Amino acid sequence: MKTIFKRPDSMTDMVTHYCPGCTHGTAHRMVAEVVDEMGIRERTVGIAPVGCSVLLYKYMDTDMHQAAHGRAPAVATGVKRVKPGLIVYSYQGDGDLASIGTAEIIHAANRGEKITVVFINNAIYGMTGGQMAPTTMPNQKTTTSPYGRDVNDVGYPMRMCEMLQTLRTPSYIARASLHDPLHSVQAKQALKKAFAYQNENKCFSFVELLSICPTNWGIPPVKSMDWLVERMLPYYPLGVFKTPEDEE
Amino acid sequence: MAKILMKGSEAIGEAAIKAGCLSYFAYPITPQSEIAEYLAKRLPKIGGTFLQAESEIAASQMVFGAAGTGVRVMTTSSSPGISLMSEAMSYIAGAELPAVFVNIVRGGPGLGGILPSQGDYFQATKGAGHGNFRFLVLAPANVQEFVDYMIKAFPLAEKYRNPVMLVGDGLIAQMMEPVDFDNVASTPQGDVESWATTGCKDRETNLINSLFLDPLKLEKFNDKLADKYNRMRDEEVVYEEYAMDDDPDVVMVAYGTTSRVVKTAIDEFRKEDKLKVGLIRPITLFPFPMDVLRNLSAKSHVKAFGVVEMSIGQMLEDVKWATLERKPVEFFSRKGGIVPNPDETKDFIKNIFKKIGA
Ligand SMILES: Cc1ncc(C[n+]2csc(CCOP(=O)(O)OP(=O)(O)O)c2C)c(N)n1
Repeated sequence: MKTIFKRPDSMTDMVTHYCPGCTHGTAHRMVAEVVDEMGIRERTVGIAPVGCSVLLYKYMDTDMHQAAHGRAPAVATGVKRVKPGLIVYSYQGDGDLASIGTAEIIHAANRGEKITVVFINNAIYGMTGGQMAPTTMPNQKTTTSPYGRDVNDVGYPMRMCEMLQTLRTPSYIARASLHDPLHSVQAKQALKKAFAYQNENKCFSFVELLSICPTNWGIPPVKSMDWLVERMLPYYPLGVFKTPEDEE
Repeated sequence: MAKILMKGSEAIGEAAIKAGCLSYFAYPITPQSEIAEYLAKRLPKIGGTFLQAESEIAASQMVFGAAGTGVRVMTTSSSPGISLMSEAMSYIAGAELPAVFVNIVRGGPGLGGILPSQGDYFQATKGAGHGNFRFLVLAPANVQEFVDYMIKAFPLAEKYRNPVMLVGDGLIAQMMEPVDFDNVASTPQGDVESWATTGCKDRETNLINSLFLDPLKLEKFNDKLADKYNRMRDEEVVYEEYAMDDDPDVVMVAYGTTSRVVKTAIDEFRKEDKLKVGLIRPITLFPFPMDVLRNLSAKSHVKAFGVVEMSIGQMLEDVKWATLERKPVEFFSRKGGIVPNPDETKDFIKNIFKKIGA
């Protein structure tokens, strides 16, 4: 019998706690597949964030380190600097990475840490029940922007890829989306590229994945995909923003 | 090699290397930036890891990451920086990792000043961060002792898989004193395979974690930590007795820099006035030398205790508790970066003798 689909070796045999329609599970699986395909499971250390994906450490069958809110890039730096032979990645939400952990992500990128960052942009704080994130869309209603995000009051959503792109230090910066199978395949390719750059000890690598949060958006899963396409895609363009091969 | 004259900060850096710690993450702050400067020069030459972080928050989180892999790692800072590290300290204790922190305490609160202070005693011994945990806190009083305890700090952190903090002040960090590295040797590190995140080749996966969603499990874990701290109380208390062999009337309690001033005062009294005064100098601030003070408080020859601190009265509370205030506990302090001088300290001690009529 030929196996055509199975759980990646780098994942544990567990049912995830995610809400129906949530894309965290998709992103987890993609990371695990990349780790499998590159044959790096036995030297990978994943850094779990604070957020809905805090339990990433339960789902990944590799060495894992659970970090404080926003500090995953600093923890990853500590691991990688003392054990350069390891493959180290952090997996972070948009509250974690773009709000409380802004300093840590910018400086890890600017130092050119040879780590990979998987950034889940779902335009909201999932774990704590749907508060506004730095990535929340203009006029988007959340529990702490009940009248919609007022850009005159709290500014515009932060575009992390575009910010990181401005840094002089070579890096791989890409944004992909998980809203349909075709884009998910592209997202996985971006992840694979990111891990490959690390594996070659080339540069800091960063992949933003546009994601959905049906529960806290208050929109059913399939419609959430449409909302992502209509609202997020125009503001968060997909593509590769920077590669280490770029000319200065 | 014998003794060499060395600045405290540099001796601390060198001692870390001698202790087998080749990984260091920090952010500059007076009065201890020279530790980072020294290690920035030394560590790259010997295959170590030196990194200047973007903040103390990040530096301490890098320590958390590195400690997770089982290497000897430390950071150093001064008061405002230590406050920023309290988040990582809590996580490190919660994940049961060994790591060493050095606080070269300066005057506070807020930005305070840069001169010697002991205003971080509460923070070090009782409030290093959120949740139920303790640091093992060492308070050496001179440069040589700092070197010796740096060497001991790493195996202690590993024995308990708990962070260890050394506290000093600008006087120790900035002063040049003779140091002997000849008898200083690192102790071998135990096996870290069972818990460190080094990649899961040929073993089960390892996890560094402080999250316990099940309250019963978290309670059990807190009990385990409590046992650990009780074991420290049983096994790790270190203090010095100075001029204590002739049943002194007054027992002074001071640590670090102030203990040196108190010793000078005691020496002069012993010469000139024949006043019977001794000193208990805590070297571990946690665990505090509770028993020795409690026993002394019950002795008939002890009429009073005298505490000298560069704080508004922090260790004082532990002395009061240790002695159950069976005898008066008098207090003298300078703050804000001022080190008490021997004369005012002698006046303070004389006043205690006056009060007890001895
Ligand atoms: C220091 C600190 N502040 C706040 C929190 C509470 N908190 C937990 S998760 C979270 C936001 C998570 O949102 P995000 O990073 O977007 O991830 P998501 O849950 O959406 O996947 C917050 C604020 C915390 N755990 N620690």
